[in-house]
Amino acid sequence: MRGCALSYEFDFSFLNDYMPELWHGIWLTLGMTIVSIVPGFALGTSCAIGRLYGPPWVQRIVTIYVEGIRNTPLIIQVFWLFFGLAVLQVRVGPFPAAVIALVINVGAYTAEIMRAGFLSIPKGQLEAAACLALKPSQSLWSVQIPQAVERVYPALVSQFVLMMLATSIMSQISAEELTGVAYMIQSFTFRGFEVYLVIAVIYFVMACLLRLTLLGVAQVSFPRRRRLGTPL
Amino acid sequence: MFGLTIEQIAFIFRGAGWTIVLSLLGFVGGTLLGLPVALARASRRRSLKIVSGLFVQLVQGIPLPVIMFVVYFGISIGGYDVPALVAAGIAMTLYSSAYLGEIWRGCIQAVPKTQWEAGECLALTNTQRFVFVILPQALRMAVPPTVGFLVQIVKNTSYAVVIGFFDLTYSAKVINNSTFMPFTVFTIAALIYFAICFPMSVMARRFERRLNRT
Repeated sequence: MRGCALSYEFDFSFLNDYMPELWHGIWLTLGMTIVSIVPGFALGTSCAIGRLYGPPWVQRIVTIYVEGIRNTPLIIQVFWLFFGLAVLQVRVGPFPAAVIALVINVGAYTAEIMRAGFLSIPKGQLEAAACLALKPSQSLWSVQIPQAVERVYPALVSQFVLMMLATSIMSQISAEELTGVAYMIQSFTFRGFEVYLVIAVIYFVMACLLRLTLLGVAQVSFPRRRRLGTPL
Repeated sequence: MFGLTIEQIAFIFRGAGWTIVLSLLGFVGGTLLGLPVALARASRRRSLKIVSGLFVQLVQGIPLPVIMFVVYFGISIGGYDVPALVAAGIAMTLYSSAYLGEIWRGCIQAVPKTQWEAGECLALTNTQRFVFVILPQALRMAVPPTVGFLVQIVKNTSYAVVIGFFDLTYSAKVINNSTFMPFTVFTIAALIYFAICFPMSVMARRFERRLNRT
């Protein structure tokens, strides 16, 4: 595979030599993302509930957490956690540290999205739940959460895709995900431009696939929506 | 102060200055490139729509650090040797133009159709209609999300650390490597980022509330 532009010879032969490493990087990126989604969503939803219905001190703590995370870069949070734990003599590998940071980070964004979802539920639904003598916990679990998730699902999907893309900085704490693998390959082959072009394409495909998968999950899990034929 | 010398803290703040410079570069570049993107996305010409849509999808599907690397190595194989600020500035421009273009397209399309029709009834030309009727209304709607996106720009300049750009994240990392006081150093860095971003977040929310009221 050779082309010529600006008297520069493109060379993609590294694709053959480093295939296993690339696959490993893809696995690690996907693994990090998938492992973080569920706890991140759970944390975010609990925070949204705490901020809406909790006692004032819970509301205050959640607000500080959400605003603090949303107004600082992920990379600083990762450094704080990873290097901080090292100083405290807590031994955590780069992968768990990355996952913890991602969960904390995406939890704050999910909290805001879910809060909007809870606030958008029509009052009639809550009144209906009260009329059926549902306890607050029952109303929350079987009336509010499903409806809130259904409403904000597209925003959640976008947030999780963004989180997948954000894993690309975890190589900064030596978690060897896809971008870390790319850096390793380019330092052996000196083909930085080609390597990162390939990596960009891989990320693009992964982002499309993740989005499609999550939207597919919605088609299966929101039967009401499917029946009504309303698009997500 | 907090176990750090004045010089070390000054070093961190010097990085913060470059973070602001890169943010401004990204915003100005993103505006210059994002406006045509928004217009192309909202236009009625199929070809323009498809090309600009592809650009937005592409940029939004690739992590910013990877865009930074591609630009950085792309410039160097072109035979130019430029400072990391230029590469980071170009990458931030590409990144923010895609997002701003998408935000502004939404604002243009949110102007009610009757406004277009009213403009046509008044015998305005297409350009007049757009400049005097649609744009002022779209701009008003665009303020809150644009200010909100500024926060994203400031935060995402931190990814320029991957190509060795001397910004707040980079300077904090350097100080941490020499002092090994991560909690102190990164808390200071986080507080500086917060001090830049939080007022803008609050402002964006306030603008939005004001817009909803009218």
